[in-house]
Order: sequence, then C-alpha cells, then structure tokens
Amino acid sequence: MRRRDTGGSALNRARKLGFSFDGQNLQGVEGDTLASALLANGVRLVGRSFKYHRPRGVLTAGSEEPNALLEVRRDGVYHPNIRATVQELHMGLQARAQNCWPSVRRDVMAVNDLMSPFLSAGFYYKTFMWPRAFWEGLYEPLIRRAAGLGHLPQAPQDAPHEKAFAFCDLLVIGAGPAGLMAAVVAARAGADVILCEQDPQLGGRLLSETGQIDDMAGAEWAARVVSELQEMPNVRLLARTSIVGAYDGGVYGALERVALHMAAPGRTPRECFWRITAKRAILASGALERPIAHPDNDRPGVMLLGAVASYWQRFAVDPGRVIVFGNNDHALATAKALAVNGMDIRAYIDPRADLATDAPFAVHSGAEVTGTRGRHGLREVTMRHKGRETTIAADTLAVSGGWNPSLHLTCHMNGRPVWDETIAAFKPRAGMVPGMEAVGAAAGQFSTAQALQTGARAAANALTDLGLHTPDQPMPKAEDAPYTIAPLWQVRAKGRAWLDFANDVTTKDVTQAAREGFASVEHMKRYTTQGMAPDQGKSSNMSALAVLADATGGTIAGTGTTTFRPPFVPVSIAALGAGGYGTGFAPERFITSDAQTRKMGAPMIEAGLWYRPSYFPRPDDRDWRDACNRETLRVRHAVGVCDVSTLGKIDVQGADAARFLDFVYTNTMSGLKPGRVRYGLMLREDGHVMDDGTCARLSDEHFLITTTTAAAGEVMRHLDFVQQAFCADWALRLISVTEAWAQFAIAGPLADEVLGHVLGDVPDLPFMGCLSVAVGGVNARLFRISFSGERGYELAVPARYGAELFRQLLALAEGLGGGAYGMEALNVLRIEKGFVTHAEIDGRVTAFDLGLGGMVSAKKDCIGKAASQREGLLGPERLQLVGLRPVDPLAEITAGAHLYPLDAPAKAVHGQGHTKSVCYSPSLQSWLGLALVQNGRARHGERLRLDDGLRGKRVEVEISRPVFFDPDGGRMRD
Amino acid sequence: MIELKATRNFVSAPLPMALAACELRALPSVPITSLAPYPGHTDALRKALGGFPEAGEVISLGNLRLVWAGRDLAFAFGEGLPDSLDAHCALTDQSDGWIGLELHGKGSEALLARRLPFDLRKLPAQGAARTLLGHLPVLVVRPGPETFEVWVWRSMACSALHALVPV
Repeated sequence: MRRRDTGGSALNRARKLGFSFDGQNLQGVEGDTLASALLANGVRLVGRSFKYHRPRGVLTAGSEEPNALLEVRRDGVYHPNIRATVQELHMGLQARAQNCWPSVRRDVMAVNDLMSPFLSAGFYYKTFMWPRAFWEGLYEPLIRRAAGLGHLPQAPQDAPHEKAFAFCDLLVIGAGPAGLMAAVVAARAGADVILCEQDPQLGGRLLSETGQIDDMAGAEWAARVVSELQEMPNVRLLARTSIVGAYDGGVYGALERVALHMAAPGRTPRECFWRITAKRAILASGALERPIAHPDNDRPGVMLLGAVASYWQRFAVDPGRVIVFGNNDHALATAKALAVNGMDIRAYIDPRADLATDAPFAVHSGAEVTGTRGRHGLREVTMRHKGRETTIAADTLAVSGGWNPSLHLTCHMNGRPVWDETIAAFKPRAGMVPGMEAVGAAAGQFSTAQALQTGARAAANALTDLGLHTPDQPMPKAEDAPYTIAPLWQVRAKGRAWLDFANDVTTKDVTQAAREGFASVEHMKRYTTQGMAPDQGKSSNMSALAVLADATGGTIAGTGTTTFRPPFVPVSIAALGAGGYGTGFAPERFITSDAQTRKMGAPMIEAGLWYRPSYFPRPDDRDWRDACNRETLRVRHAVGVCDVSTLGKIDVQGADAARFLDFVYTNTMSGLKPGRVRYGLMLREDGHVMDDGTCARLSDEHFLITTTTAAAGEVMRHLDFVQQAFCADWALRLISVTEAWAQFAIAGPLADEVLGHVLGDVPDLPFMGCLSVAVGGVNARLFRISFSGERGYELAVPARYGAELFRQLLALAEGLGGGAYGMEALNVLRIEKGFVTHAEIDGRVTAFDLGLGGMVSAKKDCIGKAASQREGLLGPERLQLVGLRPVDPLAEITAGAHLYPLDAPAKAVHGQGHTKSVCYSPSLQSWLGLALVQNGRARHGERLRLDDGLRGKRVEVEISRPVFFDPDGGRMRD
Repeated sequence: MIELKATRNFVSAPLPMALAACELRALPSVPITSLAPYPGHTDALRKALGGFPEAGEVISLGNLRLVWAGRDLAFAFGEGLPDSLDAHCALTDQSDGWIGLELHGKGSEALLARRLPFDLRKLPAQGAARTLLGHLPVLVVRPGPETFEVWVWRSMACSALHALVPV
C-alpha cells in the first residue's frame, strides 16, 4: 500500500505531519487518521490478536474497528486500545502496537496460535476448575497477566475533561445523506437542531463514494448542505461527536473528541461528555459492513470493501492489487466505480451465480474465497470456483458480506429489532425509543435516494410533532439502485475462519458452544466471549448469530440478537467523571473560621461536606492525642471555643409550627416556652432514630431547630416531605438558615468571663435558655446549651462576622488559659458525658436502644412512633447503649470491636454487641467507650471481653452507665 | 463589648476574571429576605407588597427585587420591605447565606448553558430558576439578555467557582 499522488478529499497535503509507530519515524499529512497514515506508509501489521497473538491489520475505516487498537501517547503516557481509525493524526503523534512482545513482528506469545486446538471456547472454564488450590496461587495471576489488551497508565490522569448539557427540538444522529437531509429540512422550518457526526467531516458515506446528487458529486452536495446549516443560528453542528446512549425522557449521552487531534492541547478539554435532551431524534447512523468468515480472513490486508473505498477516496491510499469478495450488488457496483477511478482490481469473487460481467475486471460468479497466505500481510488469495481452487496474488482482499443497519441506539431501552429477509439483516421497529425515528441505511434503506427521502420524511414527522410547519422543498435526485444480496455468513472450507477479530472467536468456537449446550445467543456470547471486546462485536455479532442459527438448525430471526447496551463507542472514565478529579469530586463547604483554623495548622476532616478542624497542634506535641488531651482539659478547667456552624439550622414559622414539631419530634415541643430550648429526637417512618438536635422557641410562632452536621440534608428533606405530603394546608413554613449564621460554642467554667467581654455583661440566661443579643451592634443569638457537659453557650452571628468573632473569642479564651478545640476533643467531651452522635445513631437503633424511650411521648402521636413499638424493637433482645471501661484503665480499647463473654471464643454466636465510640479521657485518666450490648441496661457491672480481630486487641471491660463524667449534670446546669 | 468587622470575600479566586469573552465577578452583598406566604395568603401578600413573583419570575418593586426562589418562596433582594408582612408569610434573613456570582458578556448564555441541566436559552430576561451547578443547588437569575447571576450557598462559593470556570 502507498499514498496515491493525487486525490484524498480529507487531506491537506500541504501540511506534512511527522509521527512514529513502534519507534519508526513516519510521515502523514493533515486530515489523515492514524490508520490511513499507517496504510499510506505501507504499514499493514499494526497489532496482535487477544488470544492467539495473530498478526492483525486495519479492517475498517470507522469507529467499529476491532483490529487496529494501538497505544497512543497522550499527556505523557501511553493510552491503550485507541482505535487507529478514529485517532486523527497530529504532529509528533507517538503510537505503538499492543499485546505483543518484544515487537509486533516478532511476538513470542504467537506460540499461543500453535496451541489453538487447546484454547478453544470454554477453555478457561474447563481448565482452571481443578485442582481447587491452584486457583488463587497460580491460575488467577496467570490469567490476570495474560488478560486485557494494552496496558493502563498507572498514574492518575489529570488532563482536563468536560461535561456539558444541551437541549434541542431535534437531535439528528449522523451526517450522511439521510442525516443531512433531515437536519436541513427541520432547520429550514425553524426547528432548533443539533446534528452530531462522529467523523471530523460531515457527509458520511457521500465522502467515500462517487455517486451523484442533483448532478453534482455527493460530497459536493454534502458540503453545500453543511455550509447552509453552518449559517443557520438554530443549528448546532457537533463533529467528532458520537451519541453513545439513548435514555429516558429524550436524553442522549454523547462523547465529543474535543482535543484528541491536537498536538499540544494545553488546557483544552480532551473530551466532552454531553447530556443532550431532545424533544425528537432522528437516527441516521448508517450501516456497518460485515465481513465473511472464510479461512484465514484475519490476515493484515483483508479489509472491508467500504473501508478500502474510503481510504482510496478520502485518504488517497492505494491498496495495490485488490481482490473483491462480495455477495451483494452494492459490492459489485462499488468495485466497478473504484476500478473506473483507477484502482487495480484484479478479480471480483461472488458466490451468486450468473452475474453480469460488464466490469473491467474478472468476475467469478459462484465462487468463494477459501484461504489467504502471507505471514505478516496478505500475499495471495485462494479461490474455489466450479470445484477448483485457484490462487491469485494480491495485496488487499476487500470483503463485503452485506450491510447491517447501525441500529444499536434503538435497542438501548430494551427494544428488539426485526429480521428483514430482503436485506438479510436486522432493522429497527418503529417506537423502540420514544421520540426517535431511524432513517436511511440505519433503517435498512440502502440507496442514496431512499436515504434522502426517509430523512426528509422523518424531519417532517418531527416538525409536525413539534407544531412546526414543513415548507415544500424539492427532493434532490440520487441513485436508487435496488440492493440484492445472497447471504453468505461462512465459507465451508478447511481452516479457521474468524468472526470476532478482537477476541479471537472463530466459527468453530460458536459451533462448539452450540454443541456443548450453549445454544442461546446470550449463552454462546458469554461462553465464547464473542462480541465482548472493546468493539462490542460491531462487525461480528451478526455473523456469529447466523453461524449459531446454522449450528442449532434454527432461523436467524428465531435466534435473535444479544442485548445492545450503551455506550455505542468506548467512553473514557475521564470523560464520564469530568470535573470530578481531586476536589471536584464533591462540593467543599468551608466554615467562616476556615482560614484562621488552617493558619493554626489544624488538620481538617470532612463531615457532611464541611471541613472541620480535628485538633490544633503545637510544635512540642508528641502526637494528636497530646493536642486532644490539652483541648479537652481546657474545656473542663478553663474555657474552649469551637466552631459549630456546620450543624443544620432550620427556621420553622407559623401558627401551626408547634403542632408540626410535635408531629416530627418524639417529644412535645408545643409546651416549650419562648426563650427556651429543648433536646429533641426524630424518628424515621420505620421507628428508628433519624437524628437528634435542639429546638429553640424564639417566639410563639417561631422556632429554630438544629440537626447534626451530617444529617442536615436528610432532615431538611424529611421535614419538607412531611410538610408537603401530610400537612400542606397548615400555617407553616420551613427554610434552612444553616448558611446564614456562624455559630460558636464557648464552653467551660470560665465561659461566662469570655461572654462578659463579648457582650459587655453576662445575661441571666438559665440552662436551656435562648436570647437575642447584640455583639458590637450586630444582632446575634445566644443559646445556653452544652454538648461538653460544661457550663457553656453557643453564640450565633450573621456569617459575615464569623471569622472576626472566632478570632476574638480565641484571643479571649487564650487570655484565660483556654483556647480552640477541635473535633477530637469535642468527641472526648461528649463520650465522657454519654451524649450520642451518628456513631451511635447508626440507622439501626431505636429510642429504646439509646435509653431514650422515655422521650417518645405517650400523650401524642409522631412520625415513626407506631413503627417503633413493633415487636422486636423493645425488649431484652435489643442491643442497648451502655458505657464501657477497661478493667485496666490504661488498656486501649477500639471502636468497631466486638464483645464476648470472658470465656467464650470470638464467634458470632457468642457475640454480645460491639463498641461504637471510644476515647481516652484525660479527666478520668481512663479509656472509655460507648457500646451497644444485648440487654445492656440490665447488665451494668458485668465484665466482657472486647475482641478486635482486625487490630489484634483483647481487653477485659466492664459495662456501666453511658454517663461517665458529672453524672447528675450539675456542671452544665448550675 | 467587642466590635465585629465583616468579611466580604468568601471566594478564593481573584475576581473579577475573564471567562472567554465574558466577565465573572462577585456581586456586592445585599440584604436578602426570604418570603414564604402561608397557605391561602399569597394574594394578601401580593397586595401588601404590590406584587409577588410567579414561578420563574423576577419583579421589581422600587428598590426591591423579588425573585422567585422555589415552591411558595421568594427572595427579596434589597431594602425597603414593608413592616407587618409576618401575618401573611414567614420571613427569614438570608443575606449571609448566599453568595452571588455574575457572568456578563457576549456568549454568557452559551457558556453557562453548558453547565446547567435545564435549557438556559428558555430563561427570559427577568427570569429565575432553581437548578444544579454540578453538585451544588443554585438560584440562577437573568437580569438581562447577556447577564446571569448564580446565587449559591456561602460555604460552597469556592466549589461554585470551580464548577463555573471551564476545567
């Protein structure tokens, strides 16, 4: 093969592009694909097959390519399985063959080919079954090493990718004659049109063929339509874009190759994953040519006829001496047109009898190809004609076994296509995807005239649905040759005939699968791996199921297809996850004291998307526990300051607000007096605890409730649901005010001194009271509540003042021997007090389990109350909240450990419960834990063995009340 | 008693910045009050105010701009709300809860439309929509043909910027 001196409609010969393949420096031109550039350089052998490591060359000229999968260097690393037929050439492109060693020409694993009798369908299933002990040690590592094509880059990829949304009236998928016609008819009528085409150039097969439309070359007609569409403001043209999936509601996934053709893309997104919502869609995706399974049909140089035509016409690749093997009129017509254009066609071979022979080459009717030769590329073709085998020298064997409508997208909602005997192919039924109509070759209409007509008609149908008028427009004139075909799926001759080139599946594998009982098409697929390679069997599935039908004695229609699933072409995870790299993975929520906190060196931990300080380290700390102990003791002996803004805050107002809160909380909030706060518990409908928090009554009809940080969203959603679904007519409104306020806990025996400085004097506020106050003229809210067990307050100011208030509170606290405390100290303080968090409220506990059964009011109903009283949710069989202390106070205990009787083995059957939270208490100089223990409340004083199998820890512990410190609560109340 | 200074800047990136042919800037902070009419009180509230936005609508009342912000909810931007509205609606101060980013200039519609899961082209001038920017719940307001405001929770302002600025 070589480049012709003239021609090549896709090429800009003025711009030469240097590139390399397997270290060899080559030259292509602008407009080339990697495949066309390799072929133009005479490179036919581009890779090795998956299983047998057979030499493989380019088969197609499109996204369906099963063979020419290469590793291409992008952003400094090689990416595997890049289709050379899709990758556009750019300056300096580096590619290498995959699945071969040491080189594609001399591949040692090619020895597999000699072992092929042992490696047929089901080889893995039969061989790796025994002995059982060999599986993990030997078979699995072996299979893993041999599996897969190419090597994944090992470092994370951070090249930019994008995700985008688009909306339109009409999405046209494919820009061949049918798609262009549909788009232009709809656009002229004023519809908002998106036209997607996976090739860089719009025109589809008109670019590869020589037929005429309206007395001009098809490609010229396409160019004229494209320039008309480009001028229209209501049309968006997306080239290099493949629609990869059809989803509910008229949503289509699309992959745009934005910068993969650029030599130095910089920060331009490499790909963009589009979600396109279309009121109507027209599928004009054309058809895929299929090979014929003849012996040794996988040799480099054996290509599809349409691809040979495309490389000739668009890329000026001369295939040398060509033999065409076809079984349909289109193939013969194409061969004639190419010969007229100067291609050196030596023979046309067709199994059909009595073909007219007005061609400028030998036409062999009633003939078949029975073999090929050539170690790394085709040298000769063997033909069987009238019972005699003849060998013809050739560089290229161009095969056409007919065309399969490219109907994949129509099946994405589980619709099944229908078999059409006249075209020997499946074609879509109407309505398989709501709002989508298939046209042209995608609908089995193979002539150019039919493509134009069906495209225009579908556009008119869509316009009617959209309420738009279709203007009268003349239908362009084009060839309308009938398509006749005599199906030929496999040539019966000695030798292996390939179906799935990518996965090395032969006709023999399929017949063997049928013989071994895997006769259903879905079973055959899984047994042989037919159609499971990166190309998803685009050029092989149809032939494979025909061979299966033949082997089982069934019909093709009865055998049916396997399931077509998205994506239609491979989609990189980088595109699907665009924007999700690093901090883009989830939103980050920052507290107002974030900058100051980080300046103090605090490591931040994420909770409910918020970033909160773990602890505030000092240079002389041995570890985090030194900091944690210091912060804990500050709160117990002086005063600590902690940013608690992350707790959810929900404003509840209205005449029915109290009634509503009685309904959603287990306890009664209607009895709360203005200026007072109450601890509250919410249940899910199933009776388990959803969340806890405080409820402050600011005035008669105005409440402010708080949620835990992590459950704020869940509680807001729950309350919105209850309000809208159960009491929509109540005088009641809810809104989140979490973001509006910055709130700080000031806790410890010296809390009043800090507060006195902040407010001027200390208001007389009882425990569980709340008050509006002013801080330097700023309206603020003061709550006397405590999560530490110390006398304490929470002071809330509008968020803009948060950073400044934190700085000042810190300075005041530090002046009194106190300071900031983080989540670790907060956790110690609350465990000492037996206050629960979502470590204990794990979604499986009830109020009864937590010892809070008394908070479920007997006097009223509430969400979840009835369900919480079901059998099995109340009683000694339940795991109940208890405290744990190690018998040796300094023996470390761990969260997540299981508890067993002292003399029982660590078996599930002996399990008594598990620990939920643990800490070292510097105040009590002991490890403490909160645990759920079966019938725990009745077992205070009993000893168990804490057994942490993961960390290898066994500690004797004693069950106690969950409140360790200041059990009567005097420190926080008085 | 202590004095408090307000922090204005909640966005880490330097704003304003150029985005294609557009400019992205942080909007000055402005009083925002949520108005949620109680069932059956919308008309009374409309009368008391002189107007109340329908779904997706933005209306101007003197110095006040009333922006539809969800089911039975509008945000009043600016000062000058009449007193005694609380008989008809729940009011909360949302001024510190939201950060406004403004995208202005030629091509702003196309640029922002790529990011939003609804057809931004159908949002009229003086229109508002609650939607998602990436993972973030946002309120989008269109004061003019080539101007868009994206209001986002204060704590998420940095993430909003990441989601807006192309890769």
